Amino acid sequence: MSDVVEKTLSALPGLFDNVTQTGAAKITSGLKQLIRSITELTSKHEEEKLMKQELSAMKEQVSSPNTSMKQMREVMVRAMYCEMLGYDASFTYIHAIKLAQQGSVLEKRVGYLAVSLFLTEGHELLLLLVNTVLKDLQSTNLIEVCMALTVVAQVFPKDMIPAVLPLVEDKLSHPKEIIRRKAVLALYKFYLIAPNQVQHIHAKFRKALCDKDPGVMTSSLHIYLQLIRESPDGYKDLTGSFVAIMKQVVGGKLPMDFYYHNVPAPWLQIQLLRILSLLGREDQSTSEQMYEVLDESLRRAEMNHNITYAILYECVKAIYTIHPKAELLEKAARCIGNFVLSPKINLKYLGLKALTYVVQHDAKLALQHQMTIIECLDHSDFTIKRETLELLFRITNAQNVTVIVEKMLDFLRGCGDEHTVIHLVGKVAELAEKFAPDNSWFIQTMSDVFSIGGDSLQQDVPNNFLRLLAEGSECKEEDDELRLFAVDSYLTVLKGDASHLPQHFLQVMSWVLGEYSHLQECVDQREVIRLLAKLLDQRSVSSETRVWILSALTKISEGQTDLILELAESLSSSQDTVLRQQAQELRHLSRDSQLQECVLPRGAPWDSMEVDSSLSFLDGFVSEALAAGAAPYKPPHQRQEELSEERALNLEPYSFSLPVSLSSCSITDRQSPPLLSVSSGLSGNSTELSQKEGSSTLILEGVRRVWGKDGYLPQKETAATAPPVDEPSIAVHPSGQQEVAERIETQPEPSTRNQDKQQLASSLFVGLGTQSSISLLGKSEAPPPRFRKKPRPHESSSSSSGTSERSSDSSSRSSRTTTDSFLYGSLLEEEPVTSTSTTTNGLSQNKHTEGDRRANTSQILGSDMVIVRPNTIQDRHPPSASSDLTALLPSEIKDLPHSDVISLTSDPSLSLASCRMFRDEALLLVIFICNCTDTVIKDVAVQLTCEELETASLRGNVVDCLEGKSTSVCHYALLMDEPHTNVSFTGTVSYQTQPGHTNTLPFSGTLSTVDFIRPLVVTTEEYGKLWLSLSHDVKQNLKLLTDAGGDPLKTTLNALKDALQLHVVDIIGSEGIVACRLLSGAPCLLHCRVNGSALAMWLRSPHPSLPDCILYHCQRALAEH
Amino acid sequence: MIKFLLMVNKQGQTRLSKYYEQVELGKRAALEADMVRGCLARRKEECSFVEYKDYKLVYRQYAALFIVVGITENENELSIYELVHNFVEVLDKYFSRVSELDIMFNLDKVHIILDEMIVNGHIVETNKNRILAPLLALDKMAEG
Repeated sequence: MSDVVEKTLSALPGLFDNVTQTGAAKITSGLKQLIRSITELTSKHEEEKLMKQELSAMKEQVSSPNTSMKQMREVMVRAMYCEMLGYDASFTYIHAIKLAQQGSVLEKRVGYLAVSLFLTEGHELLLLLVNTVLKDLQSTNLIEVCMALTVVAQVFPKDMIPAVLPLVEDKLSHPKEIIRRKAVLALYKFYLIAPNQVQHIHAKFRKALCDKDPGVMTSSLHIYLQLIRESPDGYKDLTGSFVAIMKQVVGGKLPMDFYYHNVPAPWLQIQLLRILSLLGREDQSTSEQMYEVLDESLRRAEMNHNITYAILYECVKAIYTIHPKAELLEKAARCIGNFVLSPKINLKYLGLKALTYVVQHDAKLALQHQMTIIECLDHSDFTIKRETLELLFRITNAQNVTVIVEKMLDFLRGCGDEHTVIHLVGKVAELAEKFAPDNSWFIQTMSDVFSIGGDSLQQDVPNNFLRLLAEGSECKEEDDELRLFAVDSYLTVLKGDASHLPQHFLQVMSWVLGEYSHLQECVDQREVIRLLAKLLDQRSVSSETRVWILSALTKISEGQTDLILELAESLSSSQDTVLRQQAQELRHLSRDSQLQECVLPRGAPWDSMEVDSSLSFLDGFVSEALAAGAAPYKPPHQRQEELSEERALNLEPYSFSLPVSLSSCSITDRQSPPLLSVSSGLSGNSTELSQKEGSSTLILEGVRRVWGKDGYLPQKETAATAPPVDEPSIAVHPSGQQEVAERIETQPEPSTRNQDKQQLASSLFVGLGTQSSISLLGKSEAPPPRFRKKPRPHESSSSSSGTSERSSDSSSRSSRTTTDSFLYGSLLEEEPVTSTSTTTNGLSQNKHTEGDRRANTSQILGSDMVIVRPNTIQDRHPPSASSDLTALLPSEIKDLPHSDVISLTSDPSLSLASCRMFRDEALLLVIFICNCTDTVIKDVAVQLTCEELETASLRGNVVDCLEGKSTSVCHYALLMDEPHTNVSFTGTVSYQTQPGHTNTLPFSGTLSTVDFIRPLVVTTEEYGKLWLSLSHDVKQNLKLLTDAGGDPLKTTLNALKDALQLHVVDIIGSEGIVACRLLSGAPCLLHCRVNGSALAMWLRSPHPSLPDCILYHCQRALAEH
Repeated sequence: MIKFLLMVNKQGQTRLSKYYEQVELGKRAALEADMVRGCLARRKEECSFVEYKDYKLVYRQYAALFIVVGITENENELSIYELVHNFVEVLDKYFSRVSELDIMFNLDKVHIILDEMIVNGHIVETNKNRILAPLLALDKMAEG
């Protein structure tokens, strides 16, 4: 292909004249001169000089009134050059917009191009573009319409979408395919940045999918891929269409210009295959529809060209993603063989990548290619090696873990790329934790991890390791044995040269020694103290590590007063104030053994420790400071926001300024709660602590506390769930070997192998082929991790630290959890009704929620229904006849908060009423079916449909026989995956009054997002952490409720809480933070601040449209108040 | 998804850059230099894909010019590798035997071509006639 670009830089001088002659008319002197100068650059310094010159020349030119549009176009291209080389040319931005507005076609296009290159989403100048776009969209010149649509699909201000949306929608039915195509792409952009705005045009997307032009259809696939990724269930009905399109494409029905190297629209095929695999995943009937076309796709792609392999790769992935079909799997596996064995290195890479994907479903495939894998492991190409390790990581089990980890560590030792190291070291730690064959191996491997990982290691690796040591497992002897190993191993390390060790490793070692060195009786504590003290003298040790070391020393100082005092003495003149303080504490504690025992009890389990994460013990201090005139605390993001507000024009009347005060400094930790700062809350008892604050301010930063005042907590897990370490894998060991041997025999080219490789193979791939039945969907059951972490009661319900709980079983994950449910990923059980008792079981948070809800009073919501949340159901006097019906509720859901009963429909024989019940994990829609006649009604069947909602379970929707004047209850557990402001449901009830004579009665109703919102109970600290991790945000000013004479913020928040089931996390001064979640999981955090007479609301969520929805309901609730 | 597309020559000078995800202007030059160094260091017999930070680079060399595309992990490397070639074929068709200088002197037009092919990091058109149609129409109008 080198003939495509033949002329190289070496031929430059001679070429200049040619080019300038042929393109002379178009290229003006300024640009020509610039390009010439750029090609002649020899140093960075020259470049800077040139750019400075160029920028000032351009500045002059743009501000001159004589500059024509044609010259302006040239200036824009020059500005593109400047920006491309990294020099800011922002003074030209406004002229780019002007050019787009005033230029004739080509100039206009360059103006738009410059806008799309220079301005990023959210740039304020973009607003100035809106009018130009509006004008061009209505132009009779197709080229202008085209370029307006192009720019809209690239950058457009989110808030102005409504202004152009109708025009863009109109273009969907334009006679020209290019306009329709670009309109679809513009709508896709709108969907990405503001999904709510285009919700109403889903039907038009379908029309675009069925467009007679293949280009328009192709564009619509982008939207569908996105939609289906978000909720595959909603688009299963389109499977047939996608299959039909795929068939036509593969069958060669497209015009010739859609072909690329004789392959019909390859990128379109790839897109379709991705869509199909999403649709067919975990869905047998849908998958069955696509087997044929996948088979054909595999068959057709026989041509030996890169692009056919790209399609094949996608095809293989699809086959292994959807519901399995043996015949196809076999073909796909053969296909992977072609990749992996290919002499072309790019294909080999893709083969490895495919294999990495596939072994998750069928580990046996790795066996077939074991020799290639081993060759790739020693490949000279870094990328290939790296991908091979990824593959090995996926097939690791308890038997091959030592070999694989060794390979990974070998690779890491010779790897200079920091990003790769961090990534892989984390994986090694994960494997070590999961499959470690014994204690000494585990400790040694972790030591390697710490020393190789260096200081760029992610903090959660040492954290997890220490937590594992501290929490222990079910058996105390085993735990102590592990800890002892660690102590011995670290003492050896420290006796050697410790100057080159990374800080993380030193921290881990000092913590372990501080905590557990007493377990090792044959080691003199004085020796340990000496070793640790030696570290303090080393210059390479960071001050953070020094804090860890001193904390460790504090813990083992007992009885060694002389050494400790000497040490404390030497540190008391340190430059570092924290160290000096710690030295003081050390001295104090070593003199008072009683205090020592009380502050640092030995061997107490750490989960009994309670942390006052809201720092309530500081409340007194804060209120005093506030009373003394200090400014209330503002979290950093808000300070930033205010700062940026200040930069813009201030249209509001002047308000108070923001002095930096003592109080705002002292509680900044609230916002950034990394693990270390947790230690500042020593115990749950805040009053006791605040007293302590005064007497001996003990700050032991950097040390995680693992003791509590209470004794060892009883184990919660029963013996039955304790994992038998690797018993099952040992049992299957011999057959695994045999399998390997068999495979080796069937290898086609025995001569190329040598014995070393075979040996390596048998150790790498041991245990892979042993499962008697291959579980095709999902990984075969992973052996239980060796180190089972103790369940932590606080985390089980609201853990936001997903890193600690690693699920080893990927097969149990349903498609729904792949969305945003990292917080509340729990799935509904088959019959969730029975689970109510377990969900409220013992979880203090649930009680809390319940309490919140009970405290609510009645609240009008929506126009059609009235929610009554009574104080307690038992106390309530039925206000109307219809609410008698609530007495009929099944006992297990009776006590849930619920709405009023409203009538749905009725006819002379049946009447239907419904009531919504708010369960923690679903909305229960209860339907009461009353027989109004005196005779028996038979075969009553209720059917409910709602496209936007998911029915998790239903009960009692079919009644064989309904006695006269009696009522039957059925209930649906409903979930909302995608937030919609309101959804309507329809349904029918069919029944027979006389045999063979079926009546049907339709009904309908509306549900609002509010029904699917639940309070999210988090602490301020968790809120802060979560806030930073969320990406989608929306800001808006809302009405502030000022009636009732109380604090307007509190009044407003309470009103919102009553209306929307929110959890008010905290109110600090003029700010409040509030949290809620959508049933299926996505949280939404609200940050409210009083801003003059308005409430500035800032919402964040992982879900793009959830903030919009919640904002809508907040507005409504406040408007109705 | 495609994160960015670069055209860089052997000397490491950027001839075209297009980002589909916001990268600060000040950081681009250093980032580009770093990535190009990574690609240039690789030998001919090694594969055309390199890991860089948390994404993959797909690169393809045409004489002295490298085209480097940054993509996410879930993208199909080989299809991007061929997309690059399709792009070059389109350029070749428009400029009839494209050279580095064509690209330099017609930076705006190369961008216009690219805008037809990739939008928001997604491949939206690969049909050569359709990619060139708007640009040819513009040229015609400018002449007329």
